[in-house]
Amino acid sequence: METRQIGRPVTRNEDPRLLTGRALFVDDVELPGLLHAAFLRSPHARARILSIDTAAAKARAGVVAVITAEDLGDYWQPGPLLVPPPPIKGMTFRQRCQVPLAKGEVRHVGEPVVMVVAESRYVAEDAVGDIEVEYEALPPVIALEAALSPESPRVHADLPDNIAAEVRQTKGDYAAARAKAAHIIRRRFTYDRGASNPMETRGIVADWDHKAEKLTVWDTTQAPVFIRNGLAAMLGLSERQVRVVAPFIGGGFGPKMMMFYPEEVLVPWIALRLDRPVKWIEDRLEHFCATTQERSQIHEAELALDGAGKILGVRDAFLMDTGAYNPYGLTVPLNSQCTLLNCYDVPAYDSTFRAIYTNRTLVTPYRGAGRQHGIFVMERLLDAAARELGLDRAEIRRRNLIPASAFPYHNEVIYQDFAPLTYDSGNYAPILDKALDAIGHAGFAAEKAAARAEGRHLGLGIVCYVEGTGIGPYEGARVRVQASGKVTMATGVGTQGQGHFTAFAQVVAEQLGVDVRDVEVTTGDTDVFDWGAGTFASRGAVVTGSAAHGAAVEVRAKILRTAAEHFECAEADLVVEGGAVSLAGVPEKRITLGALAGLANPMRGAVKPGTVPGLEATSYFGPQMGATAAGAHAMVIEVDPRTMQIRVLRYVVVHDCGTVLNPLILAGQVQGGVAQGIGNAFFEQLAWTEDGQLLNASLADYLLPTALDVPRMDVLHTETPSPLNPLGTKGAGEGGAIPVGALYAQAIEDALDLPARGIEIAEIPLSPSRLWEICNPSA
Amino acid sequence: MKPAPFDWHAPDSVAEALALKAQHGEAARFLAGGQSLVPAMNFRVSQPAVLVDLNRVGLEAIEAGTDGSLTIGAMARYVAIERHAGAAGSHPILTEALREVAHPQIRNRGTLGGNLSHADPASEMPAVMLALNARLRLRSARGMREVAAADFFVGPLTTALAADEMLEAIHLPALPARTGTAWLEIARRRGDYAMMGVAAVISRDAAGRCIGARIACCSAGPTPMAAPLAAAALVGTMLSDADLDAAAEAVRKEVAPTGSVQASPAYQRHLAGVIAQRALLMARERAA
Repeated sequence: METRQIGRPVTRNEDPRLLTGRALFVDDVELPGLLHAAFLRSPHARARILSIDTAAAKARAGVVAVITAEDLGDYWQPGPLLVPPPPIKGMTFRQRCQVPLAKGEVRHVGEPVVMVVAESRYVAEDAVGDIEVEYEALPPVIALEAALSPESPRVHADLPDNIAAEVRQTKGDYAAARAKAAHIIRRRFTYDRGASNPMETRGIVADWDHKAEKLTVWDTTQAPVFIRNGLAAMLGLSERQVRVVAPFIGGGFGPKMMMFYPEEVLVPWIALRLDRPVKWIEDRLEHFCATTQERSQIHEAELALDGAGKILGVRDAFLMDTGAYNPYGLTVPLNSQCTLLNCYDVPAYDSTFRAIYTNRTLVTPYRGAGRQHGIFVMERLLDAAARELGLDRAEIRRRNLIPASAFPYHNEVIYQDFAPLTYDSGNYAPILDKALDAIGHAGFAAEKAAARAEGRHLGLGIVCYVEGTGIGPYEGARVRVQASGKVTMATGVGTQGQGHFTAFAQVVAEQLGVDVRDVEVTTGDTDVFDWGAGTFASRGAVVTGSAAHGAAVEVRAKILRTAAEHFECAEADLVVEGGAVSLAGVPEKRITLGALAGLANPMRGAVKPGTVPGLEATSYFGPQMGATAAGAHAMVIEVDPRTMQIRVLRYVVVHDCGTVLNPLILAGQVQGGVAQGIGNAFFEQLAWTEDGQLLNASLADYLLPTALDVPRMDVLHTETPSPLNPLGTKGAGEGGAIPVGALYAQAIEDALDLPARGIEIAEIPLSPSRLWEICNPSA
Repeated sequence: MKPAPFDWHAPDSVAEALALKAQHGEAARFLAGGQSLVPAMNFRVSQPAVLVDLNRVGLEAIEAGTDGSLTIGAMARYVAIERHAGAAGSHPILTEALREVAHPQIRNRGTLGGNLSHADPASEMPAVMLALNARLRLRSARGMREVAAADFFVGPLTTALAADEMLEAIHLPALPARTGTAWLEIARRRGDYAMMGVAAVISRDAAGRCIGARIACCSAGPTPMAAPLAAAALVGTMLSDADLDAAAEAVRKEVAPTGSVQASPAYQRHLAGVIAQRALLMARERAA
């Protein structure tokens, strides 16, 4: 290779546009005659709809349409099951997907009941206020354990109970492992709900061009191809007639997947009917109840160990809140179930989960997507075990790490990609060592004692994690050299800030010997590229990156072939560099890629049979299974034992995601993940009343960590390339967020010497107030 | 999150503003900095039919009296008070507390008069006004009257203002010599509403004996909450550590926090004791 582009800390191609306000976001789309939608949403967690009176709303000046479920006719259909459950023996799965507008019964606060379309959003909201809905409030299902009681009301009356799914997976013989264990650690853990709160909320603009008979939809989706295909089918249009554009998007984090949200289904429908463009931009208040959330789980877990602290087996039973509907199937609980095994050699595992319908907002994957729960349970169990065995926290982890010689390592249980969970590659001990070294573990006992002598309470945390990434099914990429010599690359995934315009450009530039700035990447426009799944599960770099690599390799071959013909030489004598091809050692024998592209697309003369014109190739990549990244986080905190305020003094991330495409972008991903993890661990918690009302549906009351709350961190790497893809990469999108809850719990226990006081932290999120209650149970 | 329709009036004088308010009564709200009212309108929690915008009527002066007192026009922006050299000299607790009020962008627009009229018990300034024994000048077309801060705040988001009245100015009496003040609060994040905030004002005589004390807390009850028993217990003492501890314990007992999403009432009460003690220590040091 003439010039390495992969692995360079290239600043981002997209940043000039983003930083100067010239990037297109959905709300930037303005069209002549644009109408605005607003939604009347349920104020009840559960209620029967007795009547809806829209007369006053329809009469208001500027109102164009007022739509109820009845008005939708045959278009009223429950949304699709987006991710069917994998085939696991003996499982129960009861699908109930969300509906466009509630009919008969509302099942969570914020569920849309009526859509209003008006000349402005102001008028639309005024008209929403004109609508009278008579509800009969019904007792809601909120708490998970109460939802299982035979006396509990049911979220879906046609189901026998509130169980949406029940899945048991096993590996080895846990009962036998338990029987020979020297130590049994048994604990209960809870992990509560949060909201992803991207800077940009959801939004959609739909425009029907009746002359071209074409619908264009700008949508904040992570999976534009799925949405295009789904909308075309729902609306009775051909796929050619629907173009979905996912432009720049201000954060996705999972809830912007191919959800077929009610608004996403209704706005295109009404735009077609009215033959006028319609826009809906979710406001923050709506976001808190209408965009999917994640995290509520309750675990009863048990760890069996031998006398030396080696894990013999784990048993876990957990409940998971799936909200009012479950369009995303079992992705989240399966991630929890599988990721609990973490980076350790666990010979026996017996895990059962039940997903529970509740009258709360839907649960679908949100960065980490269930993985943090599993990691929290395992890491907390190991901390308790270390104390019982008198082992250092790091030592008990080291004794259980899967050895480097054991890869690929088979965990046997079925993962979210339907494949048996297998860790493709890894080398975990150096990660742990590097983190311990960087945080100053060896000298910490002395540091802690010295601080305590001054009345300061320091605590250290060290936890390990794995991140299943880069799953299939596949992605594609098309790479073309233009006559200008610049290169285009297109793919079907959407982009929400991951640096795709740079990382993919690097992969292409690596092969084509061009400047990274000369590779123009298009994502998320189905008129440009319309095969693929989407951006989720930390798979962009792995799956799309590998497809881009494949396409670039093909184009490079074409470049060499065309240039060899041009110079009448062997391909081996050619150098591809600096946007041109030259004869090795004869720099004046040189032709630019643009000129070569012209030669490959002749205007006259006959081309050889079988020739595909142009310097272009399209390639697809589907991994046989996901690639498993791993890492360790460590931190030192100071806790004010009277106010329970926490200050992070040092934070270290050691991350192994195989080949690093761009360390600058990777550091951003990791730091952003840690920030979100800190929010999850210590700031963010959705507070619900017993009757299903959300108490903190604003950014004044739901606390996202700010720049002042996120510490500077050392981000270090090890590189264990994945054998599953040509680049050797593993995903890095979620790792930063996954272990932070476990890390906080451990560091706080250490700082306040809680175990010595008989107190353990078994829940996330925490807060100063909650921490004070935990430490002062009698107060 | 768009406001309901409203009529907007932007009078050029206080007299005109008061006439409009008298005309529309409870249906009208005064608009000062808009940092609380406008979000409430966007949430449609507040739907005034009429806004009387005070941003053209003046009332922005901050006047330092020769006696060490300070008079602040109701429309003075937080940022102007925060940067006012006279205020920092005569009533340093103002500057100290203002730095904890929200964020610079909000302090650029927010006004002291708007804040006090909004009367959020979680807000810093009402508690500081209690601790400084502020006198509030209220004006209507009917005339002018003055009320003590202690009488102005009557409940959550409720003041002694009549429907046709506006807060015109805030008068802070001079602090005696050898007076130390301190503002301390605990918030989840910088700029958030405090889970508990304490204003402490301590005056000593030449021998070091405490001759006056005022303590007031925010997020401690339905209104800004003074702690008169704790303050009274300090007067006459030499302000030993034990005296301060006892006063802090009294503060802990005197507050009546109601809890929030961020903090349980028990934790808030606990915090009141902790930060009262710390604020009193700071004030004692500064009174030296």
